[in-house]
Amino acid sequence: MRLNYPANVRIVKLPCTGRVNITHLLRALEQGADGVMVAGCLEGDCHYQAGNLRARKRVNKVQQILESIGADPGRVAMYNLSAGMGPRFAEIVRDMTEKVRQLGPSPVRTALVGKEIAA
Amino acid sequence: MIMAKPKPMDEIINDIKDFAKVLIVGCNGCVTVCEAGGLKEVEALTSALRIHFMHKGKKAQIDGMSITRQCDKEYLHELADKMDSYDAVLSLACGAGIQFMAEMYGKKPVFPGVDTCFIGVTEDQGVWSERCQACGQCVLSSTGGICPIARCSKRMLNGPCGGSEKGKCELSVLLNRDIPCGWHLIYERLKTFKQLDRFAQPAADKDWSTSREGGPREIIREDVRP
Repeated sequence: MRLNYPANVRIVKLPCTGRVNITHLLRALEQGADGVMVAGCLEGDCHYQAGNLRARKRVNKVQQILESIGADPGRVAMYNLSAGMGPRFAEIVRDMTEKVRQLGPSPVRTALVGKEIAA
Repeated sequence: MIMAKPKPMDEIINDIKDFAKVLIVGCNGCVTVCEAGGLKEVEALTSALRIHFMHKGKKAQIDGMSITRQCDKEYLHELADKMDSYDAVLSLACGAGIQFMAEMYGKKPVFPGVDTCFIGVTEDQGVWSERCQACGQCVLSSTGGICPIARCSKRMLNGPCGGSEKGKCELSVLLNRDIPCGWHLIYERLKTFKQLDRFAQPAADKDWSTSREGGPREIIREDVRP
């Protein structure tokens, strides 16, 4: 389909979004990611019954944590789509990238870059 | 098992914000089971606090680890060579573990990362409820295995009170949550055992000196002392 989506997205493949835990998402942000999106199967279509529903709960929890520490909860999001929805994937990635761009660079990245310069 | 819940983040941040190097220590015992203070929670909290301080532009070293139990000296000793590297400790153990940590490492400020709630059980994943108040003199043999101290809101020894309605405690309405009447549960259980004559005899006065009324308690057993 030769679909285009922003090149600044790093894809981490997992067998199921049920494998995602809170620490994975927080670690990505801690290491300077401006945003993290979780793309799970459509609700009701999980091969492992409830993996994507669990992932959504964890994403919600991370959003709560981000709010409680004064960070923007919009930096983490959960989307649902099937493996056959390529155009939708490209659209979601563009959508998420645009949302994160509007939030601006993560202050964590700024702090990490500052640390590198100091070193 | 002792049940705890995570402290609100703003309380934790407020406690540790003035320290540059903080060690977060989890406990692999009860608080791991109730998902409040085990390794998983330590890792998430460590990461969240690092993000917070980077957001604030504050240089802080936040590290995390978890030990087998914080209510036993031999496990707390594992921290001995690490303590000098940190300015403060945030313990995710129950209140007992936090205090024992503070006792063992007297010069180090130790802060609580959880609110310790009660002795209870895991009813379902994510649902924990109280079963014991550690009164020091178990009455379960005469109450069908249901504790009137922990399950009756008024800790009555001869219940139910007049507020019990359709098996629910009157506090259910006041607190807007479903609280079974402990004495109704006891009645129903004793009925299945055909032991309702238990209700004909009022319970004897309870010696509350074995409970908190007797002050902080201790058990000394010479048979197991070295």
